[in-house]
Amino acid sequence: MHKTKIILDIDRIKKDFPIFSQKINGHSLVYLDSAATAQKPSLVIEETTRFYTEYNSNIHRGAHKLGELATIAYEEAHEKIAKFLGADIEEIIFTAGTTESLNLVAYSLVKTLKQGDKIVLTEMEHHSNIVPWQQLAKQYGVNIEYIKVKDFQLDIEHAKKIIDSKTKIVSVMHASNVLGTINPIKELAKITHDIGALFVVDAAHSAPNMKINVKDIDCDFLAFSGHKICGPTGIGVLYGKKHLLDKMSPFLYGGHMISEVTLKDTTFADVPSKFESGTSNIAGAIGLGYAIDYINKIGLENIHYYETELAKYAIETLKKIVGVKIYGPDENRTGVISFNISGIHAHDVATILDREGIAIRSGNHCAMPLMNALGINACNRASIYFYNTFDDIDNLVEAIKKAKKIFKVTNETSE
Amino acid sequence: MQKPENPNDFGELTEEEDIYKENILDHYKHPHNTGSLKEYSFKHKELNPLCGDTIEMFVLFENEKVKHVSFIGHGCAISQASASMLTDYIKNKDLEEVKNIKRDVILEMLGIKIGVVRMKCALLSLRTLSKGVDKLSGTHNKDNIGLCR
Repeated sequence: MHKTKIILDIDRIKKDFPIFSQKINGHSLVYLDSAATAQKPSLVIEETTRFYTEYNSNIHRGAHKLGELATIAYEEAHEKIAKFLGADIEEIIFTAGTTESLNLVAYSLVKTLKQGDKIVLTEMEHHSNIVPWQQLAKQYGVNIEYIKVKDFQLDIEHAKKIIDSKTKIVSVMHASNVLGTINPIKELAKITHDIGALFVVDAAHSAPNMKINVKDIDCDFLAFSGHKICGPTGIGVLYGKKHLLDKMSPFLYGGHMISEVTLKDTTFADVPSKFESGTSNIAGAIGLGYAIDYINKIGLENIHYYETELAKYAIETLKKIVGVKIYGPDENRTGVISFNISGIHAHDVATILDREGIAIRSGNHCAMPLMNALGINACNRASIYFYNTFDDIDNLVEAIKKAKKIFKVTNETSE
Repeated sequence: MQKPENPNDFGELTEEEDIYKENILDHYKHPHNTGSLKEYSFKHKELNPLCGDTIEMFVLFENEKVKHVSFIGHGCAISQASASMLTDYIKNKDLEEVKNIKRDVILEMLGIKIGVVRMKCALLSLRTLSKGVDKLSGTHNKDNIGLCR
């Protein structure tokens, strides 16, 4: 039907995801909310369950068979992530998600800064890459400046201006969760390192759909969440350069992260254990490992190519609807497409679409500063992943037309 | 009657379940009592951070009755229609009555089924009103409601 070269067998892929076998409000599920959380393939669901049914045990503790099996599986998960990012195994820390990863970096780094030092973020960041820095900066008398967004892209000239000798940390999202923009992080890493500051990458919205190599980017830290890459919720990753992690103080204190404890003092374990206090989310880590296996099998290059093709088609067709405004670039983007329809609030659009079995997100997408910069309160976001089809996009377009009909938004009243 | 196999599948929605009924859309497109008041006993603004809906309400009491009420708001049809209806509803009502408005009043006025996700939108207007009224009782004796400009 569609003349695009299709490189993935989507019909077969869809069968890997049990959620698509059901009906929602009488319709087949059209899931366009993967940027909020991705669906889970049977492999991940089954392997997570298998941990609990066959070898549930704590790790690095009991000298019994189950403990050994669990420890091996958990270590394997570390290894899979390390390989996935082109990192060494001691550089991979399991956290609860991107938010905890960024908090870990912020809590460990900001307290080493001096009053008057500067942290540089961007206007398009998710709240999770603003609020931790902002709150700690207040506590330690550190300043924050934001790289401006111009035409849905980071203003690199502005970045060069504000990343100066006072700057100690630069933290930037790789791909925008609202605009779909892919930021030039290699270039920003270079600008940052040229003045001797540390470069942090929020890869929550790029790890699921782009090949990432931390050595190639030359970032000092990189964070992503498991649940957006077909893994379980409550598990995430922080990559950090080994020599930096070695120097940093722990974020959470407690069990597992120690080497020796007396009543007077504690010596900490080596990385990554130093940053993985308490009983880890073992099932989550194992599940994420299998999610990475699944993604690798399909291939990130294939995923990125297919997602880009779908996004291109979606943007072209959405633009044909009078009154639709898209917030994001046409090219060099992911499958995240944000838009508003003149005369219908985003929340109402999402409700009407839901009645057609189409799941999208509406609201401010945890990016209120970006919403302000765009001059809007809210928008709709359709986010594409590799299990979506061209038919899904056609359904989206039809449902939007229906929403316009329900709200009696005629073509004449559009801006 | 056969039960659906999947708990999420309730089949096609009936007209009764359709939340965009004519009266909601009328209030949304032509909201009543909009704008600000120059004289008011309180003004209060609330927002729904998840979806970006905002409502600022202005209420003027005279002899412990609502004399004038207005609101300024941005947001979805449900939140704005509910503000339009609620401001109609409280006109000439006693302070005590206004204090005791329950969420069912709003849901009944809207006359539609509201799910958990949209409940925050539907009740934003009532939250704004209640918090505004709280401001009054927090700072003023109810027999002596101050006038702000």
